[in-house]
Amino acid sequence: MNLTTILSEAFRALRQNRLRTGLTMLGMIIGVAAVVLMLSIGQGARTKINETIAAMGSNLFLVVPGATSSGGFSFGSGSVRTLTINDAYAIADLTSIAATSPVTTGTVQLNYASKNWSTIITGTTPDYFVVGNWKMESGTTFTESDLRSAARVAVLGSVTAKNLFGEEDPIGKTIRITNRPFQVVGVLMAKGQSLTGRDQDDNVYIPITTSERQITGNQFPGSIRYMLVQGKSADDMDIAEIEITQLLRQRHRIQQGKDNDFTVRNLTAIADVATDAAKIMSIVLGAIASVSLMVGGIGIMNIMLVSVTERTREIGIRMALGANQRAILTQFLLEAIMICVLGGSIGLLLGITGAWIVSQVADMLIVITFGMIGLAFLFSSAVGVFFGFYPARKASSLKPVDALRYE
Amino acid sequence: MVLTQNNNADTTVIRIENLCKSYSLQGTDGKSIVNQVLFDINMTVYQGEFVAIMGHSGSGKSTLMNILGCLDIPTSGSYWLSGKNISTLTENELARIRNQSIGFVFQGFNLLKRMTALDNVAVPLLYAGINRSQSRKQALALLCRTGLEKFAMHQPNQLSGGQQQRVAISRALVNHPPLILADEPTGNLDTQTSKEIMLLFEQLNREQGITIVLVTHEDDIASYARRLIRLKDGCVIYDDKNTITGDH
Repeated sequence: MNLTTILSEAFRALRQNRLRTGLTMLGMIIGVAAVVLMLSIGQGARTKINETIAAMGSNLFLVVPGATSSGGFSFGSGSVRTLTINDAYAIADLTSIAATSPVTTGTVQLNYASKNWSTIITGTTPDYFVVGNWKMESGTTFTESDLRSAARVAVLGSVTAKNLFGEEDPIGKTIRITNRPFQVVGVLMAKGQSLTGRDQDDNVYIPITTSERQITGNQFPGSIRYMLVQGKSADDMDIAEIEITQLLRQRHRIQQGKDNDFTVRNLTAIADVATDAAKIMSIVLGAIASVSLMVGGIGIMNIMLVSVTERTREIGIRMALGANQRAILTQFLLEAIMICVLGGSIGLLLGITGAWIVSQVADMLIVITFGMIGLAFLFSSAVGVFFGFYPARKASSLKPVDALRYE
Repeated sequence: MVLTQNNNADTTVIRIENLCKSYSLQGTDGKSIVNQVLFDINMTVYQGEFVAIMGHSGSGKSTLMNILGCLDIPTSGSYWLSGKNISTLTENELARIRNQSIGFVFQGFNLLKRMTALDNVAVPLLYAGINRSQSRKQALALLCRTGLEKFAMHQPNQLSGGQQQRVAISRALVNHPPLILADEPTGNLDTQTSKEIMLLFEQLNREQGITIVLVTHEDDIASYARRLIRLKDGCVIYDDKNTITGDH
């Protein structure tokens, strides 16, 4: 008996008992739908986090000035201005470092025509946009020569641009920052929230030199709020951290045994924690959904065992007519696999539909990959083989004479 | 002699030597009880014979039939079917023998439910590896020969007993086996239908030279056969060899 014939025999047997087949299949449908739905939600969360991390820039260190204390009273991180622009330039020369960008910040009022908007101003270097993995919506960033000449040029975050200009094109327009005219040279592409939930798109960027001299002022000339440092490779982050620390200690003349007056934080490590959390979440979701698939599989085994007992006489007749053990085994195994694959396909469609509904209703990012679809199929046929084998084996190992005599 | 090929003594279909069959049952006390059903059976059936095996219930005739049909294996002794020693064959080879060399006709017809007469007849062809459309064609040809072409698309429960048994006979013939084993084929039929079925067997035996071994407990059914073997308590007590074998 060839495979197509056995397949159609199996299909006929399933069709003969539609209700039972349908109910058995339901276990499989629910199981696969649950797995697909949970995996897509988990994958969606991971993708979202990965996007946020990628937007943040890779291999990043955040270097902030250290805490100072007076009479046992700590003023907290950044309360002294020990980091300078020159520290940043020195770090940029380290072999393990790709780029650095020193940052000063402040809050300013922006004006354009009749509109005004209060936002955070960031004085920095052109490298900031490279290190932070920013992309331009329109225009360009300011340049090294703008930096040297302390030019009055500004780059706007997308939210700031929208609030100040609406639908108007901001490029080349002049805005006033605390009443000083600045020319808008570029608008950044939106990034959304940071890992900590801060809106990264409501910001205005100007050269750090301009900021220091004309906007925020500075009681300690050359000092900065913090700097972003980008390591050259993800593998050498530990070395880079040691190099930064050593260089700064040396530059700040900190004696052996004394505490640092700065803090180096590896942002990639923070990102890793977030990624791990998302990974664990999707594993847990998948595991819970797999339980329902397992229960569905047990249902199939149960029904197949009943079916084998019920059809013992049929098996006997088939054996008398020349069916060998393999033909009987294949027939019953195929029935189980057919239930699983058919149920799996319906479950897959249901799961995708469910994921779509969740994404619409809950406004969540849902990701369905071909790998997931393949996995659902593979898993459901594996369940079919696993739970179908024992009943099929039982059917095929019946003795013809006993099977024929069975009432 | 009606059948020329039977003049050759080598055309043995069935040869049984010293065949015994016993079942061991687990008793309530845990000891196994051996129940011997067949004792030292010897018989030879030549091609073209029409043999009736008779005996009361419990005489072992059904057990003998199961062994002849390769559905069960003897405890000891040997069985040659068309020159092949059955006891040395594997399960797969036995399945092939059942498919190719034996046609079964049962008392309860044993047609597959919810399957048309045509598909029922085609089943042995499917197990012989012939594709569905080809086997349906051959099955239909056989149904025509047994006069059932009108009922080809009927399911067994839509057919009378006689029609069902004719479908079963068609199914037994579909692979052109040299041997037909019929276990009380008229047991579920009325007298008139029984007669028709027996005439069909007789015709198959006479016109196509198919060897038929029939189990029955009715004398008038056995009278259609040309050789009679009687079993009692697992032993052959009578073997009437004056027919074909007697000629040699």
